[in-house]
Amino acid sequence: MAATRLVYGLYNDEEILLEAVKSANKEHIEIYDVYTPFPVHGLDPLLGLAESRLHYAGFIYGMLGTLTAFLGMTWIFTKDWPIIFGGKPYWAVPSFIPITFELTVLFASIGMVVTFYIINGLGPGVVNTYLDDRITDDKFCIAFDSHDVSDSDAEAFFRSTGASEVHEKEL
Amino acid sequence: MSSYVSPIREPLITGSKTYHQITEDLVSPTEKVPTGSWVIGFIIAISLLAFGLFCIAWTIWHGIGTWNLNRTVGWGWDITNFVWWIGIGHAGTLISAILLLFRQKWRTGVNRAAEAMTIFAVLCAALFPGIHVGRAWVVFYFFPYPNTRGPLWPNFNSPLLWDLFAISTYFTVSLLFWYTGLVPDFATVRDRAKGFRKKIYNFLSFGWTGSAKHWQRWEYLSLILAGIATPLVLSVHTIVSFDFATSVIPGWHTTIFPPYFVAGAIFSGFAMVLTLMLVTRKLLKLEDYITIAHVESMNKVILVTGTIVGVAYLTELFIAWYSGYVYEQFAFFNRALGPYWWSYFGMMFCNVITPQFFWFRKIRRSLFWTFLLSIVVNIGMWFERFVIIATTLARDYLPSSWSYYSPTWVEMGIFIGTIGLFFVMYLIFTRVAPVVAIAEVKSILKSSGDQYSGKAAPGHHHPHIEVDPNFKSYLKKSSFEFAKKTETLDTEEKTSVADTGSSAATLVKAAVDKFQKLEGIGPKIDSVLKAAGIGSFVELSQTSVERLQEILDTSEGNFMGNSPESWPEQARLAAEGKWDELKDLQDRLDGGKY
Repeated sequence: MAATRLVYGLYNDEEILLEAVKSANKEHIEIYDVYTPFPVHGLDPLLGLAESRLHYAGFIYGMLGTLTAFLGMTWIFTKDWPIIFGGKPYWAVPSFIPITFELTVLFASIGMVVTFYIINGLGPGVVNTYLDDRITDDKFCIAFDSHDVSDSDAEAFFRSTGASEVHEKEL
Repeated sequence: MSSYVSPIREPLITGSKTYHQITEDLVSPTEKVPTGSWVIGFIIAISLLAFGLFCIAWTIWHGIGTWNLNRTVGWGWDITNFVWWIGIGHAGTLISAILLLFRQKWRTGVNRAAEAMTIFAVLCAALFPGIHVGRAWVVFYFFPYPNTRGPLWPNFNSPLLWDLFAISTYFTVSLLFWYTGLVPDFATVRDRAKGFRKKIYNFLSFGWTGSAKHWQRWEYLSLILAGIATPLVLSVHTIVSFDFATSVIPGWHTTIFPPYFVAGAIFSGFAMVLTLMLVTRKLLKLEDYITIAHVESMNKVILVTGTIVGVAYLTELFIAWYSGYVYEQFAFFNRALGPYWWSYFGMMFCNVITPQFFWFRKIRRSLFWTFLLSIVVNIGMWFERFVIIATTLARDYLPSSWSYYSPTWVEMGIFIGTIGLFFVMYLIFTRVAPVVAIAEVKSILKSSGDQYSGKAAPGHHHPHIEVDPNFKSYLKKSSFEFAKKTETLDTEEKTSVADTGSSAATLVKAAVDKFQKLEGIGPKIDSVLKAAGIGSFVELSQTSVERLQEILDTSEGNFMGNSPESWPEQARLAAEGKWDELKDLQDRLDGGKY
């Protein structure tokens, strides 16, 4: 696979960045990605990013926790080793509620966090190509794939939208 | 951003910070050599911890008999300390989760440190049940797992087991929440670091790039974790209170316990956050990020929860009297006027009376009073747990078994050790991680920075965009004179690129035209001209032929065959966008020569 070469411009402010993304949309220039030091609100719809489905995953993990806890305790106290505690029934549903709740939360949190890192391709030991050291500081970056956008188009775009710098980098 | 901000709302970031200054201020404490006060603090903390470890070893070696617990008072300092630490561990998640759901922006200044504090406090708390069981080496019997003893399972109907699940879950979720927030900030530290340090922070930052999609998911994750951590944090102290409320001990089995414990936990948690943050902001010079407005907000929470706790104390007394149940009545009479009267009055004074001073704005905004009162509240909340646990047990149903309990040096030593452990971990945290959430503070700069909001802001509710004047003029030009887009950017930016030393792999193309488009110029001459300070067609068109010849002559390389005589003319056409005319000219030229 041919290496991806990115041509990217750095902006000094998120409001200039948002205007730039708008004009890229207007001129139908395909944006490879946008990198920012913090979540910029209003960027997702401009980039056409679909709403994250992480919460569906969270719900499924949570349900898994609920079932594990509730069915597990049910099986243990009615089938595996039934014991009478304080004259209560074997299947003492109200006293299962706290642990069921805790495991729901535990499964949902761990599941979502692990999913988050996996789908983002992040994790301990992952080394990515970082376009610029200042993207985590105060620069806002728009990157074009040189297969999609020619260098001269990219340059003209960055020039007209107020980028402070233009660079390129192979991924 | 451009949302409406009330002019009377106080700015949360002072000092007219830029994004870069925020990074600088918040990352630099991790990059410097530890200060003298840090080293002294660390030595004290580690000494306390060492003594605590010695006392724990003593306990495990000799057994629980080294504590003064007896047949009547089965829970003493151990469980008091456990509940106290768990309570302190409630502020972090409250600040980061509940205040996130309520969109309280002041949360961003303190959430990172408060969450760290939560995790360390929960660790200190978890220590006590672990060693209190006596045979600490089989403490894993707590957990349900298939075993060779039957398999025999723990009692899932027991609040003590619920507590185990609640605290392990709380610890895990707090840790995940905290670390997920830290990842982008570790990336910021990474991008400033060099050498081995960079490797460490690259590992810690999980390869974070700041991609838009990652940020979108990150915000989702934070919001959902906040959503599920909110009932979780309320459940944890509820379940801790079940340890008492589900028993048949007068003074313990009251239905008011869950809300009363939760309010008390938030109360003590905020007090500890204030104690720590007032010192941290001073030592790390974070006054611009943890402002008086932050302190006042937290003091308001202390006032509210302290008042709830006060109402709960009085309600308990009323219900004990109103129930007509003599054992309950005696339990409360004994608390207030029995042998432990001093702890009851300590509790009442510290938790009910002193927080009421926060009705006064002057005291809420005074760092001295806040610090003093936060310590008073911490002490008061410790008394509360001691009153509930030891006082109640000491006078039970049978007067013949009444007893008095005071701790041994071992019990005190373990408590002192947990304080040491807490501060050791906190001090290390201030060295390795940004104490304030960098990305989150940046995201509220435009709405809560003092140059954009509050009384100092021009036009009050109209946050203006602080753009470098060069860019403003540039933007204007680009929209009105689109054809003339070969205008150069300010040269300052070019130099700034060179100064910051962008890595060798990147080409600096800003404000630079490709001179190869002109006949007679190849890549070599292109770079020679750029090195001589001629970056654009406009600049080239304004340079004389003589000067160009001079540049060629003084540069390394053989340019004998090249003549610059047509270059300014070609550049002028290119600068004006007259590409067709340029092409005609180039057809007439021979290798750039007329």
